[in-house]
Amino acid sequence: MEITAKKWRKMLRPQWRKALWITALAITAGPALAQETFKIGIVSFLSGQAAESFGVPAVNGAKVLIEAFNKGQAPAPYNKPGFGGMKIEAVYVDEAGGATKQVQELRNLYEREKVDAVVGYVGSGDCLAVAPVAEEMKRFLLLYDCGTPRIFEENKYQYVFRTASHAAMDNVSLARYLKARNVRIERYNMINQDYAWGQDSRKDFMLAMEQLYKGAKVEADLLPKFGAGQYGTEISALSTKPADILHSSLWGGDLQAFILQASARGVFQKQQGVFSAADHVLPALGDKMPNGIILGARGAYGLMSPKSALNDWWYGLYEKAYNVYPVQAPYRMAQALLGLKAAAEKAMAANGGKKPTQEQLAAALRGSQWESPAGTIRMALGDGQQAIQETAIGKTRYDAARKMVVLDDIQRFSAECVNPPANMKSEDWIKAGFPGAKCQ
Amino acid sequence: MNLLLTILFDGITYASWLFIVALGLTLVFGVLKILNIAHGSFYAVGAYAGASLVGWLLSIQMAPAFSLVALFAAAVAVSAVLAPLTERGLLRMFYGRDEVLLVLVTYAMFLMLEDITKLLWGVNPYYVSDTYQAFGTLHIAGQSYVGYDVLLIGLATGCGLLTWWVLNRTRQGKIVTAVIHSAEVAASMGVNVSRIYTLAFMCGVFFAALGGALTAPMISVQPGLSVGVIIVSFAVVIIGGLGSIEGAAIGALIVGLARAAAVHIWPPAELFSIYVVMAVILMFRPEGLFQRIQARKI
Repeated sequence: MEITAKKWRKMLRPQWRKALWITALAITAGPALAQETFKIGIVSFLSGQAAESFGVPAVNGAKVLIEAFNKGQAPAPYNKPGFGGMKIEAVYVDEAGGATKQVQELRNLYEREKVDAVVGYVGSGDCLAVAPVAEEMKRFLLLYDCGTPRIFEENKYQYVFRTASHAAMDNVSLARYLKARNVRIERYNMINQDYAWGQDSRKDFMLAMEQLYKGAKVEADLLPKFGAGQYGTEISALSTKPADILHSSLWGGDLQAFILQASARGVFQKQQGVFSAADHVLPALGDKMPNGIILGARGAYGLMSPKSALNDWWYGLYEKAYNVYPVQAPYRMAQALLGLKAAAEKAMAANGGKKPTQEQLAAALRGSQWESPAGTIRMALGDGQQAIQETAIGKTRYDAARKMVVLDDIQRFSAECVNPPANMKSEDWIKAGFPGAKCQ
Repeated sequence: MNLLLTILFDGITYASWLFIVALGLTLVFGVLKILNIAHGSFYAVGAYAGASLVGWLLSIQMAPAFSLVALFAAAVAVSAVLAPLTERGLLRMFYGRDEVLLVLVTYAMFLMLEDITKLLWGVNPYYVSDTYQAFGTLHIAGQSYVGYDVLLIGLATGCGLLTWWVLNRTRQGKIVTAVIHSAEVAASMGVNVSRIYTLAFMCGVFFAALGGALTAPMISVQPGLSVGVIIVSFAVVIIGGLGSIEGAAIGALIVGLARAAAVHIWPPAELFSIYVVMAVILMFRPEGLFQRIQARKI
């Protein structure tokens, strides 16, 4: 049917004309409005075994922090609302389901959700799978948690970054702590999960021990499957092999189950427990956590975080919102989002106050440094794509008056003391006896 | 000698837990001919229900020893609520259809229950380890064991013997056996097959929930419990023969002992040991150790 000029005039009555004007204005102003929003895809475990320990606390951290950013409530230098005035909008995606699913989800985030950046991934396997995809798509990706050193030691990236130290730091700092405290070790036992994280942690700790405790012998070396839950047999195997310490990188539900079962059988009375990433179980276990366990948090996080105005603000913000203090996962999320905010605002300033392109954003973050609640984060490795940071190790004690586990004998390690230099792979660095390490 | 005794005791302890869960799985398959993937979810719900009930009892100063009764009550409650809902509300619509379709339906249930569990209990862990420590410790073969583990052996044995007795020595059991052999013939003899299906499914869910509830004191109850248990339970019932209670008991023992021996002697072979045993048994007994060869209906 042909629309005549008369019909057009009839259709364009004043109220219709007004509506058309508004629509036309909205379309014209579209790009300007879009510039006022910075969309982030946040990927972490919202279901499955890693949800309780890592995924949900990290996402909770992201929620309160983004809300504070948007309201301009963060302390200086992070006090500009949003990212340089752009409102931050977050899309949350579940990391559960395996690496293949995550690759598809990542593509969806970039292509359908049109996110400006993706911040995510706890699983090392997921990180290894998604990093090449983001690079191929030339889209900005921030890995905030996963531990494997292989990502930037075996590949070069332009658009992919990791804003936290890799796992070598955790075990080197544990071994250094033991040495600094003159813990006598002739024999040691190990229990680590049988996948990338557990295997890498086991290897790094053994290599570090070879350097710091020459002649110390591994007795039981157990690799139960991820999510085993039942450790009766493993505890018997550990008990039959007397050792000075028991090293473990178990985490989450596995670590909690192991602690409950091993404590009931008196394992920690005979072997000094040494855990590389156990801070996150302290609030939940409470008085069920044995005293005297030496543990790390994969950074100077939670009870081992340094005193600063930024940390006081962040710690209080999270604690007030969720009635529990932040542990490693929310800290790592916070340092990723703070790094992204710093980079986005730096790139905007260089771009005349306009929203930066993916390349400008990457250039701003590459090799940069910023303050986080856990200290200074420096993108020092992997040609400026991989962060290093200070860390700390402490010893557990249940404080009955405060009804919580506290950490005593905390020792801090500078980033240069427990991370390899830029020109070396972590394994080679440990095997060579930590050349270039700067420890106070 | 001590090592052998340790392997034996560790193997039996692990087998006890496994048997309780596998017993439900094999019972459901035997009667309803359903490979129930959602069995792992009922295990997880049982763990949550047990932890919640015991947690509440401990909070009102009830002695931890009483929590065993609470764990049983939690399993009964889970079975009484979830089993009829699942069997009458969902599975019934698919009876007579391809077995693969039923597997997919139970898989869908598994995924839904994972989220429902999270909606009901959240992601924070639940602890009731006071119960685990309430039964003291024993010293066997130079090792210190928790009394609760020994108790579990007794409970698993009791569950197995009771099920065997009901199936073989009671009128109801004989009716169930008749349905197992041929639901059509049993129906023609006046047996209410539909009721037997519901009862058998309730028993299956009860054992899954009981396995979860009894595990709750040893672990931190949190999301993700359902996956691991279902895989190893399938290994047990496949070794023993799907639908066979004796098979589930022997299968659990074989898996438990193989795993314990591997952990003590050659730890990297822990998982491999379970599946290599399964493969060897299936090479010689493709139907599993205890499944009778059945005539094909034409």
